[in-house]
Amino acid sequence: MIVAEKKPLEAIARMLEGSGRVLAVGCGTCVTVCFSGGSKEVATLAASLRMKRSIEDRPLAVVEAMVQRQCEWEYLEPLAEQMKNVDAVLSLGCGVGVQTLAERFPTMRILPALNTLFMGLPSAQGVWEERCQGCGSCVLDKTGGICPVSRCAKQLFNGPCGGSQNGRCEVDEATPCAWHMIWERAEALGMSEDLMSIEPPKDWGTSRDGGMRRMVRNDLRLPEDQDKEGNE
Amino acid sequence: MDNFHPEVVAFCCRHCAYAAADLAGGKRQPYPSAIKIVELPCTGRIDVVNILHAFEDGADGVLIAGCLDGSCHYIKGNLYARQRLDYVRGLLCEIGLEPGRARMINISAAMGVQFAELASEHVETVRALGPSPLRRKINQGEAT
Ligand code: SF4
Ligand code: SF4
Repeated sequence: MIVAEKKPLEAIARMLEGSGRVLAVGCGTCVTVCFSGGSKEVATLAASLRMKRSIEDRPLAVVEAMVQRQCEWEYLEPLAEQMKNVDAVLSLGCGVGVQTLAERFPTMRILPALNTLFMGLPSAQGVWEERCQGCGSCVLDKTGGICPVSRCAKQLFNGPCGGSQNGRCEVDEATPCAWHMIWERAEALGMSEDLMSIEPPKDWGTSRDGGMRRMVRNDLRLPEDQDKEGNE
Repeated sequence: MDNFHPEVVAFCCRHCAYAAADLAGGKRQPYPSAIKIVELPCTGRIDVVNILHAFEDGADGVLIAGCLDGSCHYIKGNLYARQRLDYVRGLLCEIGLEPGRARMINISAAMGVQFAELASEHVETVRALGPSPLRRKINQGEAT
């Protein structure tokens, strides 16, 4: 899931300085299950903002709304009606949700209520940890299902580094050393010999530098879209 | 401030504090009329947003009254309630309300006298903090 957390109320309130009526929109997918942007969090943030502004003698009306998924056009349609009487929209979606709203409603101010943190999982109740950085060429087959890109502070591919101590990462003692885990898992799988060969440098061309990435499946595209592009 | 009559919403677990409040009443043990009791099946039922809505609707204080540690009928509900209250206190600071307006107490069904004492104590804390700025706004709104 995509993991995000609420910005400080002060920061959100600052974005809404000039507003008198806003629509707060939650998302029913990733940010609901990480308890940052579901219907309860929308209600909590809406009540907090209304109270803060009321105490400051500048009342703010906050209309509460939810969509199942903020990152797909069709789910956003019902919001058009609810946006008619507001001067800004506060998105409790991840950064993708915020941008989908901004693209769909180009004349409306769309503001982020959350900081989007990472792709990860709940490692225990109330704790979320990063597991993938979307590097574009997955190596989990070679590392026993443990990602050295997101879980090794130095993103090593022939680890561990010399700082690995008692299974802990030298960069942060609270973090298990990814390469210690990779080794232990390889041993458990009877595959530690495989780790003896040197892994050549990774091709980072598929990763995050170099601007927005795109995935295309021509078999799924609308023929008319392809025709349009062909004529351009 | 003399004519300030605080309103404190008390979310009471029915297995302990609610019964204790009843016992206090039965014993003619007075506790302040400021306390407005909401019965819950367990304090673990309380959600962050319930506490905020009490303040938004003008409560000067909130009291959460649950079972003694280790005695929750549902094992851990009172512990969850305490964690949520801690979270809400952080939110109250962000909002601009004193975190001391919200408090949790732990008692058993037999502790009628203690319920009255602790409830009175919280009402006095709230009285010292003065009326919630939100209540003043709601009252102004009603007057106009
Ligand atoms: S190797 Fe790349 S794609 Fe695979 S889990 Fe790690 S970051 Fe994600
Ligand atoms: S201690 Fe382990 S996780 Fe930390 S940087 Fe070194 S190899 Fe990577």
